[in-house]
Amino acid sequence: MTRKSGIRPAEILFEAVCRAAAWSSLAILCLLVGTVMWKATGFLDWQFFTSFDSQRPERAGIWAGLIGTSWLILLTFMTAIPIGVGAAVYLEEYARDTWIVRFIRVNLSNLAGVPSIVYGILGLTVFVRMFDVFARDGMVTRLAGKHIEAIIIAGIEIPLPLGKSLLAGAFTMSILILPVIIVATQEALRSIPPSLRHASLALGATRWQTIRHQVLPAAVPGIMTGIILSVSRAIGETAPLIVVGAVGFARFAPGGIGSFKDLTTHPSGLLQAPFDKYTVMPVQIFNWVGQAQQDFQSVAAAGILVLLCLLLFMNGIAIVIRNRYQKKLRW
Amino acid sequence: MNSPTIPEQPAPAPVLRRQFSLARLRETAIEWALFGCSSVSILVTLAILFVLLIETVVPFGGQLPFFGRVSLWEFFTEPRWTPTFSEKHFGVLPLVSGTILVAIIGAFVGLPLGILSAIYLSEYARPKTRAIVKPILEILSGMPTVVYGYFALIFVTPYLVQPLFHTLLGFEVDATNALSAGIVMGIMIMPMVCSLSEDAIRAVPRTLREAGYALGSTKYDVSLKVVVPAALSGIVAAFLLAVARAIGETMLVAIAAGNTPQLTMNPLKSVQTMTTFIVNTTKGDTPSGSIEYQSLYAVALCLFVMTFGMNVVSHAVMRRFREVYH
Repeated sequence: MTRKSGIRPAEILFEAVCRAAAWSSLAILCLLVGTVMWKATGFLDWQFFTSFDSQRPERAGIWAGLIGTSWLILLTFMTAIPIGVGAAVYLEEYARDTWIVRFIRVNLSNLAGVPSIVYGILGLTVFVRMFDVFARDGMVTRLAGKHIEAIIIAGIEIPLPLGKSLLAGAFTMSILILPVIIVATQEALRSIPPSLRHASLALGATRWQTIRHQVLPAAVPGIMTGIILSVSRAIGETAPLIVVGAVGFARFAPGGIGSFKDLTTHPSGLLQAPFDKYTVMPVQIFNWVGQAQQDFQSVAAAGILVLLCLLLFMNGIAIVIRNRYQKKLRW
Repeated sequence: MNSPTIPEQPAPAPVLRRQFSLARLRETAIEWALFGCSSVSILVTLAILFVLLIETVVPFGGQLPFFGRVSLWEFFTEPRWTPTFSEKHFGVLPLVSGTILVAIIGAFVGLPLGILSAIYLSEYARPKTRAIVKPILEILSGMPTVVYGYFALIFVTPYLVQPLFHTLLGFEVDATNALSAGIVMGIMIMPMVCSLSEDAIRAVPRTLREAGYALGSTKYDVSLKVVVPAALSGIVAAFLLAVARAIGETMLVAIAAGNTPQLTMNPLKSVQTMTTFIVNTTKGDTPSGSIEYQSLYAVALCLFVMTFGMNVVSHAVMRRFREVYH
């Protein structure tokens, strides 16, 4: 050591720089939220929540986005949760160390790094256009001898291909969110001690009975936390939804269900909604940001505030669940 | 749970042979169904490749694919990208240069911030500080990217970049420019760099640090000369993952970096990235089969190859060069 006495200036400087870097995150967060709040003043009111979009900034609202986002999240997780949890159960409870299992594991971590817009392109081709096989000169049309535009199952008209519908968006989103759910569920399952499984198996339960009645119930808090966190990621996701056709300017709700009154007048709209056009909050915000009129920037800020509050709320729930069950369960 | 039934007579000598039973069939069926769920991830990867390749390389449905109409040579050397003009040029260079420009600026901002915070959090910070800073980083990393784009457009450009480079230094600054987008990109990737590097730093065993201290080193020496070199593979992997994320980011650049495909390394200019091109082209209604439509897939393929490659390399670095301590 060349040090003679005292502390070298480099040491003090280094620590100061590191400290500044770490605390810069707080400064940035304050600046970011501050900017949005400052811009949103005067535009975030009750009317903003309850109205559809408008050409006039003072009358524009986020209602269509709120409904669209709720629909999308509901449909996305109805498909993604069973597949995601199933995959995680297989990987944690059943899988032996074979080449295909190793491949699936590596593949999962690589899939998580694929840009979301590429999933958008995937959804556009597979769900929105369905490889154009239902087009006027597509394969199905040639084979069937006529142009099929939709099939009707139990009174619900299902368009073929799915087009820019809510369902196409939800399928795309569930593919995007699948790796996140799988990884979260795997972690939850891993935290369940093997002794629980051994006890159940020793009592004569089969593998599936053990999983179904012992492991999964014990892992529910962990799985829930992971799912809520992935919901909050899905809520903010924008790019793939623009690619699969979420509209920027919407004066309607999917299926015509824009309020509780609509629910009583034409409840069949509920079944038609998944095949209808839609918008979601972040796409609306993106649309407002792109408007030339300056006031729309403030509308966008108001939209961002609503979005951030929703995310904060979701994360709050996740934290509450995590804390509550961490205290209760002691292995 | 099924209640165990008590056998009425002692069981006969065990026959070590699998007997067919409905219960066993059910178990096997469930196992296969769950395997099906997990193989969805492979299916998705194959589907991505298939979708990207049928429009660009392999003809499907009797149409000439993109690279049948535009040569690879033109795609990679032509300096103009004008798919919607009447005189069409398909040179991906302007898009790639825009993407890389924003990603490099982002890396210059995000990597030092992230790595220094990681060192601070793991080596210097008291648990109390950690308990405050970590959640803030989590909030920042969960922030929707439209919000970052908005921040770049509304705050960083007019109140940071404009005054500094236009008012003070006299350069011409576009309303949407690569610099603002890059700075905010750095802020966006910082939490990711920080948490991945911190994981790597924390994996360095205490004994190594203690050996350093026992030799009379200060915290500064131990951090920079022992801990960081020992965690280097993890930090490099974090770097690669973060840059891949920056390359694939869409909304931030679509809002703040502009929409002009031009071959420039001037960060004050408006540029178009690969992702911006895709999102803005699909916003309109491009007829399928047209060359503009196919160019979407060519750009997406390019983007996919770049990010996927970086991810694979990053995971390889993590596995290959990870120092294992006992």
